[in-house]
Amino acid sequence: MTGIGQGDLGAVAPGGGALIARPTGAGRGRRRSRLQTSGRIAILVLVFGYLVLPLFAMLEFSTRGDYGARNLQSYAAILDYPDVVDGILTSLEIAVLTVFGMLLLLVPTMIWTVVRVPRMRRVVEFLCLLPLAIPAIVIVVGIAPIYRFMGQNLGVFGASPLTLAFIDIILVLPYAYRAIDSGIRTVDVATLADASRSLGAGWPRTMLQVIVPNIRGGILSASVLAVALVLGEYTISSLLSFNTLQVVIYLLGKRDPFVSVAVSLAALVFAFMLLYVITRFAPGAGERTDRAVEEEPAS
Amino acid sequence: MTASATAPASPEVTAAGPATGGAGSRRLRGARNYLPLVPFHAYVGLFLILPTLIVAVGAFTTVDGGLTLDNIRRMFTDDVFVSAFTKSIQLAVITAILGAIFGGMLAWAIVRGDPNGQLRQVVIAASGVLAQFGGVMLAFAFLATFGFNGLVTIFFNEWLQLGVLPDPSWLYSLAGLAVVYTYFQIPLMVIVFLPSLDGMRQEWYDASESLGGSSWAFWRNVGGPILAPSFLGALLLLFTNAFSAYATAAALVSQGSPLITLQIASQMRSEVVLGQENVGKALALGMIVVVSLAMTLYALIQRRASRWVQ
Repeated sequence: MTGIGQGDLGAVAPGGGALIARPTGAGRGRRRSRLQTSGRIAILVLVFGYLVLPLFAMLEFSTRGDYGARNLQSYAAILDYPDVVDGILTSLEIAVLTVFGMLLLLVPTMIWTVVRVPRMRRVVEFLCLLPLAIPAIVIVVGIAPIYRFMGQNLGVFGASPLTLAFIDIILVLPYAYRAIDSGIRTVDVATLADASRSLGAGWPRTMLQVIVPNIRGGILSASVLAVALVLGEYTISSLLSFNTLQVVIYLLGKRDPFVSVAVSLAALVFAFMLLYVITRFAPGAGERTDRAVEEEPAS
Repeated sequence: MTASATAPASPEVTAAGPATGGAGSRRLRGARNYLPLVPFHAYVGLFLILPTLIVAVGAFTTVDGGLTLDNIRRMFTDDVFVSAFTKSIQLAVITAILGAIFGGMLAWAIVRGDPNGQLRQVVIAASGVLAQFGGVMLAFAFLATFGFNGLVTIFFNEWLQLGVLPDPSWLYSLAGLAVVYTYFQIPLMVIVFLPSLDGMRQEWYDASESLGGSSWAFWRNVGGPILAPSFLGALLLLFTNAFSAYATAAALVSQGSPLITLQIASQMRSEVVLGQENVGKALALGMIVVVSLAMTLYALIQRRASRWVQ
C-alpha cells in the first residue's frame, strides 16, 4: 500500500483504494488507481508465473519427441499400460462410491440437525471438521489393523480397493460439510420441511423432492470436491497397498516418466475442468431456478 | 422449537409443527429425534474415532498389550525422530509464511477485480485443484521443471550455456521441498483468505477516508486489525497442511526419511522389527498433538475473526 494523499483532503482521490471494484468511480482517483493496478498486475504475473511454470514444464516434458520434435505419443501410450488403465478405472469407481456414500451420510444428517435437533449441529460440524486435525497418515496408521481385519474376514469385499471409499468419505467430510452447509444456509430448510410435511409428504419425499433440489448447488460442489480428492489421493492407498491412480502414476514414473507426466497432466486438466464448470455454472448462492424460487418464502 | 410458551401466536410456532403432548412424550420424541443421527455418528466412530483411539492406545502399549512409555520416550530421545519432527515443523512454518504472503497478495489482486469476472472464476477453480495438487503429480511437475531433464535445467544448461543449475539435487533438500510445498500453499491461502477479503466493506474505507485517513492509515487502523485474525488463522491452517503432507515428499525424496510423515510411513512398512511395532503410533500421536494445538488456536482465532468478517 502506498501512502499517497496524506493530509490534504481535497487532493486525496477517493475510490482508488477501493477494495471492491467500483464501476462508478471512473473519474476519480486516476493516479492511485493506476499505481495500484500496476501493482496488482505485477503480483498476478509473479505468482501466476510460479504457479504456471511447473504446469507448462509438464506439458513441454510430456510432448517431447525424438530430436526436438513435438508429439502426443506419451498421451497415446497411456492406453498401452494396462495397470494405468486399471488404476484410472479403480479411482473412478472409488470416486463414484465416495460421492454417493458421502451424500447419503451427510445430507440427511445435516438436514435433520437443522430441522429437528439444532443443538446437535455443532457436534456434527465438529465431527466433520475433525479430519483436518487428524492427518491422513495418522488415519492410515490407526486404520491399517481394521483393514487387515476386513481383508481376512470379509473375503473378496474386504480386500477390494473399493473399500478405500470408506476412508475417502472421512477425508472429504470437512470440505463436503462446508459446501453443503453453505447451500443450506441460503435456504430456509426448516420452513421448507414444515411446509412439505404439513402437506402430507413423508420425510424421504420431503428430503429428496423438496430440500435436495434447493441445495443442489452445495451438493454439486461437495461431489466435485470429493471426486478431486479421490483422484489425487496417494497417502492412504499407497500405504494400504492398493493400486489407485496416484500409486500407478508413481510406479510408472520409474519406468516411463514421460507417460506418467502425461497422465498427471491429463488428470489435473480433468479436475480443473470439473471445478471450473462448478464455479461457473453452479455458484450456489443467488442462482436458483424459477421453481425453487417459487417454493421459497419471500425474504 | 422450545419457545412455544412465550409467543403462541407467532408464525414460527405455527410452522414448527403440531403441539406436543405431556413432558413424558416429549422426552420420547426427543430420543427419537436423535435416532436419524446414529448412522453418521457410528460411521465417523468406526472410521475416524476408532483409528485415532488405536493410535493413541498403541502409543502407550507394547506388542503384547502391556503398558509402556518406551514408545513415547523413543520419540523424544531418538535423534532420527527428533530431527524429523524439527524438520517437519521448520518446513511447515517456512511454507506457511511464504504461502500466506504470496497467496494473500494473489487473493488481494483478485478481490480488486470484477467479482463475476473470468479471472476470479479461473483463479478460484484453479486454486481448488492446485490446493489438492500435492502429492505425486506435484513432485513430477517439479521434476519436469527442475529435474535432470527438466525444462528449466535444460534451458539454463543448453540454451544459455550457463551451467547455473548443474545439480538438480537441491530439489530434494529442505529448501527444495519448501519451494515445492509453497506451490500448494498459495492456492490454499487464496481459498481460505478470499472470503475475509470479500467481507471488507467499501463503507469502511469510505468512512476512514472521509475522516481524512490515508490509505496507510486505513490499513493500519481498520483493515489490518480486521484482517489480522483471519490472516493468522489462515497461517495456522497452512501450517497444519504442510506439516501433515506426505505424498509430495514421499514421491520426491528417495533416500532417507527426513520428515515425520516419511518416518511414520517407513515405521509402518518395517513393522517386522521386533520391539518397535508401536513407535510409529507414538509418532502419529505426536503429530496429532502438534496439529491439535494449531487447530485449537485456529478455532479460537476464527471465533474472533468471525465477529467482523463472515
